[in-house]
Parts: sequence; C-alpha cells; structure tokens
Amino acid sequence: MSPASLVGTGGARVQIEGVHKEFPVDGRSTPALVGVSLEVSAGELLCLLGPSGCGKSTLLNIVAGFLPPTGGRVLVDGTPVTGPGPERGVVFQEYVLFPWLTVAQNVEFGPRLTGMEAARCREIVARYLDMVGLREHATKFPVQLSGGMKQRVAIARALANNPSIVLMDEPFGALDAQTREVMQEELSRIQRLEHKTIVFVTHSIREAVYLADRVVVMTRSPGRIKEVFTIKLPEVRDRFAPEFTRYEAAITRLVKEEVAMVRE
Amino acid sequence: MSTVADLVQWGLRGALLPRRRALVLRLGAVLTFLLLWSLASGLVVLLNLFNPIFLAGPWLVLGTMIQLVATGQLWGHVIATLVRVIVGFATGAVLALALGLPAGHFRVVRNLLEPIVEILRPIPPLAMLPLFIVWVGIGETSKIAFITYATFFPMFLTTVHGVQQVDPLLLRAAASLGARRGQLFFRVVLPAALPEILTGIRLGVALSFFVIVISEFIGAEEGLGYLINDGRNFFLVPQMLGAAIVLGLLGYSGNALVVLLGRRWLRWEGPPAS
Repeated sequence: MSPASLVGTGGARVQIEGVHKEFPVDGRSTPALVGVSLEVSAGELLCLLGPSGCGKSTLLNIVAGFLPPTGGRVLVDGTPVTGPGPERGVVFQEYVLFPWLTVAQNVEFGPRLTGMEAARCREIVARYLDMVGLREHATKFPVQLSGGMKQRVAIARALANNPSIVLMDEPFGALDAQTREVMQEELSRIQRLEHKTIVFVTHSIREAVYLADRVVVMTRSPGRIKEVFTIKLPEVRDRFAPEFTRYEAAITRLVKEEVAMVRE
Repeated sequence: MSTVADLVQWGLRGALLPRRRALVLRLGAVLTFLLLWSLASGLVVLLNLFNPIFLAGPWLVLGTMIQLVATGQLWGHVIATLVRVIVGFATGAVLALALGLPAGHFRVVRNLLEPIVEILRPIPPLAMLPLFIVWVGIGETSKIAFITYATFFPMFLTTVHGVQQVDPLLLRAAASLGARRGQLFFRVVLPAALPEILTGIRLGVALSFFVIVISEFIGAEEGLGYLINDGRNFFLVPQMLGAAIVLGLLGYSGNALVVLLGRRWLRWEGPPAS
C-alpha cells in the first residue's frame, strides 16, 4: 500500500440555513440562536467568535448532530444532518478521551468501528501519533498525560477517522497560555497537510486571527451573526506582524461594542 | 504519629511506609492478638475463673483444625460451603447484570424494575430465609437461591447506577466517531460502568459469605455453618472458632480475588491509592 492512501481526503462544504434554536428556561422557551445562515467552503478554517453564552457552542453542537435545531437545517455536501456521524469529527474542550483505552487505542477507535484490519489501523495510528508528536506515548493511558498531550490525542483521534469536517469546541480553552500557542501552531501546520473543513469555536480573538480563513463574530444572546471578517494573511502567520495586530484591533472593537451594548 | 508536614503532603492516607516496616507492624499486630488470646485463656485455666471450655486457646483451635484436616472432614465442609457460595453468587451476578445493564440503559426497563426492587430491598434478606425454606425446602436449592436473592440487590443497584452515570460526552465522542447503538453499549457504556460494577461484585462476594452461614445453621448436613452449629450443640468451642476462622479466610480470599481482577481490568484508573 502506498503511504499516499493513508492521507486524509480533504474537506466538505457545510451549509447552515436559517438555524434557530430555543431552549426552555423556567418553562418558557428562550431563543439561543436566531436565523443563523452561513456557508463554510471545503477546506476552509472558520472561527466562530463571541462572548460566552452567545450560542456559538450550541451552533457547533447542531452541526455535530448532538442537538436538533428548532428551525432551519444544516447540510454537509448537500445532505441534511440528522445526527452525529463519522464524516464530522469533534474535538471537545474537555478532551473526552476514553480513559480505559491507551493513547493508540483511542486513536484507532474510529477506524476499528468500521471493521478495518489491524495492520492498516496500526499504520493510521502511527501516522497520526507522529503528526501530533506522541508516538513514544502510544501505550500510556490518558490519566498519565498532561492537558496538552490529551488534546493532541483527541485531535489525532478525530483525524484518524478521516472526517471531511472537524468541529472544535474551544479545544485549547483549558490549556495554559504557552501550550495554547504551541497547539495553535500545530493545528495550523496539520491543516496545511490535511485540508479539512474546520469549524473552530473560541472566545480568543488572537486565536481566531491566528488560525482562521474567516472569523464569524456573533452577537450576545440570542446569538446572531454580527459580522464576518475574511483574514487575508499568509498561511504561516506572525502574531507580531502589523497586519495581524490590525485584524486583532478591528475585531476587538467589534466585540467590545457587543459587550458594552448588553451593559446598557 | 504524623506531623502537620506529613498531613499536608499526604492527607489522612499518610505517607507510604517502607514495605518491610509495614509488614513488621502488621505481623506484630497479629502476634500480639494471638498472645493476648493465649494469655486470657491461660489465665482462665490457672485461676480457675470459669469452665475453660468457653474460651479455648489458639493452640486448642489449631489442634482441632489439624485433627479435622487429618481425618479429611474439613475439606468436605469447605467444599460444600464454597460450591453454594460460588453457584449462588454467580447466579446473582448474572441476574444483576442481565437486568441491571438494560435497566441502566433503557428508561422503560428501569421504570418497570425499580419499584419492585425498591419494595424488596429494605427487607433484610435474612427475614426471607424461612420463606425460601418453605418454598423450596431445606436442601441445596434453598441455600443457593437465598444467596442469589441476597446478593442480587447490591449488584443490581450498582450496575444500574454505573450505567446511568456514564458521561454523555463519552457517548457523543463515540457517536461522532461513527459508533452505532450496539457499539456504543459494548465499547463505551460497559467499560465506563465497569469500576462501579466491580464495586457491586465486591459487595456481593462479602454478602454471600455473610448469608451462607445462617442458611447452613438451618437444616444442613455439611458446610462451615453446619460445623459451627454442630460445635454449639456439642459444646465444641474450638471447632466453632476454627470454622469461623476458615470462613474469614475464604471471605478474605474472595475479596482479594476481585481486587486482583479489578487491578487487571482497571489499570487505566491510574496507580492504586496506597
């Protein structure tokens, strides 16, 4: 088998069409998302940015198929989403590794479900553990790993299943500032190899500008799209470049405006 | 004595003692206990306090046990008790898993089973023993069925709870990796619930030794409980104590076996606490 056949197959297109979501609060249904329409093109990294409680995680959970929308729909390459599925990998803020499986067994969880033969599983595991730099930790259990290492395993686990879309819900939110920047650099490097469609939820403006092709800024509850920024920066980004800082400043002003409006 | 520095470093669990020192302390405690027991029974004889038959010394117990072993009687009793415990407990465990796993997984099953369990559970199992004898007689069946009945409840409840408390995020993670319903159950729910299921199994093992003795008091021809009751009828205190000690050793071994299995299956929980 040629090593090329191990490489992921790239991204799919996501269409979010007029998605509404209401949750019952004290017996009254309260809107969390109002008329969100958005298209993510194949191979694009899109960041959903907004203050906590703006419904960005809710939107991600709807795309993942964990929550049904109250109205509207989500299409993946033209097919409506009705539940979770292997073409949409998910990386959670809390890592959510299977604690009873070793690092390698976690990574091969998805391929194994399809009945893939052991030898090919091993190749896939090796490739993705190399990609996240954890090959020598393959036989450890999650309890023995640091937060950053756990999140690397979670990313390897999602990618090893060869999804066309990766949904990431504040994946680096629980990490310390240094580890966080290293992980952002790794994700950006991996994305240049894999060309997945990635929807990345964050409340860090710097993180969004560093990673995204487009940044979608959402309004405070109920969540709507306030503005979409296309980040026209080179693939490999410099956090200290003047253009980087300009994007950061522009988005910061917009988000501050949003927070201030709620105060009034 | 632990200092404040020890406490803040280790908590109440205490620092790990060096292995040999811990062993010396533990052996010393057992020897001291035997010594005090010997002294007490010796004093009874020396000072003629009361009929020494009531408090046989450890050497008398040991002598009686050696005699029972030498005449080959003890094994029959040990095997009789063990067979009842193993068959009764295993049946209880199989039933508890067969009903507990679906009850934890499906709300309908839970709502059907829970009220019945909640009605029966507060009744001390021993209160049901005479009923079992009335229903199935005083033979082997009633003894085994009684162990099954008594051990079912803790194992059923821990299984239900173990399944219910499985983190939904784990199910989400598995579902988005492509797991279907059956795969979710066998690859996520079962392993995630295993630690609690094993806790229930430890309770069940302890409980089966607890209840077998009493059912062997009533209408048994052999078994360690019978040996104790026989000792009471004929005033053979060393035999009563000896049988009790053997029961203790069996219970201890049963528990150790489950702990050992747990250590194999639950390696992922990290190093043991002590």
